[in-house]
Amino acid sequence: MVNTYHPKELEEALAIRAREKTILLAGGTDLMVKRKNWSGLLPEFQLPVLFLNEIEELKKINRKEQFLKVGAAITLSDLLREELIPEVLKEAIREMASPAIRNLATLGGNICNASPAGDTLPFLYATDATLVLKSLTGERKMSVDAFIHGPGKTAIREDEILTEVIIPINTFNKAYFKKVGTRKANAISKLSFVGLARVSEAKVEDIGICFGAVGPTIVRRKEIEAKIIGTGLSELAGLIPEIVRLYEPCIKPIDDQRSKAFYRKTVSLRILEFFLNTLNQ
Amino acid sequence: MEKEITFILNNQSVSVQTDTMRRLLDVLRDDLGITGTKEGCGEGECGACSVLLNGKLVNSCLIPVGSIEGDEVLTIEGFKLTKRFTVLEAAFAEAGAVQCGFCTPGMLMAAEALLTHNPKPEEAEIRDAISGNLCRCTGYNMIVEAIQIAGQRGDGLW
Repeated sequence: MVNTYHPKELEEALAIRAREKTILLAGGTDLMVKRKNWSGLLPEFQLPVLFLNEIEELKKINRKEQFLKVGAAITLSDLLREELIPEVLKEAIREMASPAIRNLATLGGNICNASPAGDTLPFLYATDATLVLKSLTGERKMSVDAFIHGPGKTAIREDEILTEVIIPINTFNKAYFKKVGTRKANAISKLSFVGLARVSEAKVEDIGICFGAVGPTIVRRKEIEAKIIGTGLSELAGLIPEIVRLYEPCIKPIDDQRSKAFYRKTVSLRILEFFLNTLNQ
Repeated sequence: MEKEITFILNNQSVSVQTDTMRRLLDVLRDDLGITGTKEGCGEGECGACSVLLNGKLVNSCLIPVGSIEGDEVLTIEGFKLTKRFTVLEAAFAEAGAVQCGFCTPGMLMAAEALLTHNPKPEEAEIRDAISGNLCRCTGYNMIVEAIQIAGQRGDGLW
């Protein structure tokens, strides 16, 4: 039996974080499953639980110039209703879980859960999203890539709360998302892909390519992207086999109950090829 | 942590003295005798425990009861008293959308959540709305049809 805290203000939550070790619970859709017990028995939480679901400050979305500031405890359903959210992120969210789970699950939860198959993550990596971590002593900003260290492992400190996700917008004019799963609802990704690009009439100006569920963390290779940037659209088609070959050693999936490494790798590279082929259309 | 938790269940205020981390599902079934809400998988995959929380469809097996202080919970027992339920009930019967019945309370809550926002849904929208509710008997087509019929018949109710 553990203590639970239900603060309505962020300050209050940060004060609790500063004074004792807690487990943060936003939507609970992952935590309640991971820590589930036999039917009728208490879920197994070994530390006091700090609920974030009543803190309105964490549920706001603002646009500031070319950046969206998204509160970490906003639910996936609310993100789908929000005009400011880029369509490609909405596409990813629509394929996550089910309506009932999306009504509880939060963006911050998907990040802090740090699953290799977290479906908002490829988008956040591809856009170079920045996370805001607050504590009583101040605030830290870091890229999502620096924040997630491995499955379930993040850089969050015991006195911190992830409060905001800052997403640059309008930086791309081509966007593609693909999730491969066993069924449409409630399926964890076998693999996922986000490709974003800014393409002018003549060439690729910028590109972000991310693969989910094919490694301990999301796979993004900026050094390969650098080789694509600046390529003329007329030359791109000829370069695609070489690009795919460069990505080939970076995709290192595992066999597990959801899929096989061979399948994951083959399909990831085919989707990459498909995406690159759409850039000059 | 033991605490008195008060919330609105089916339009009536209820208080339970219980551990705040207990699942809403267990409090409903074991403490309050609300057994229309079923436990299937206990991990949010099957939707048998679906209820409406402040009008939104949720899985009651994923909700620690301490987090719903003051909130409104609607289960099939409360929904049963509405005219909208009568329309859905008749439509489910007509389409043959109930076989063993275990998924039905959750299905009806999902249907109510959908029709409230979208009284005349397309087939694809219905399939999406019930995508978190598993039915191992019907093959879903009859349920989709039932919700369509209810949408047509329930003109103005939703």
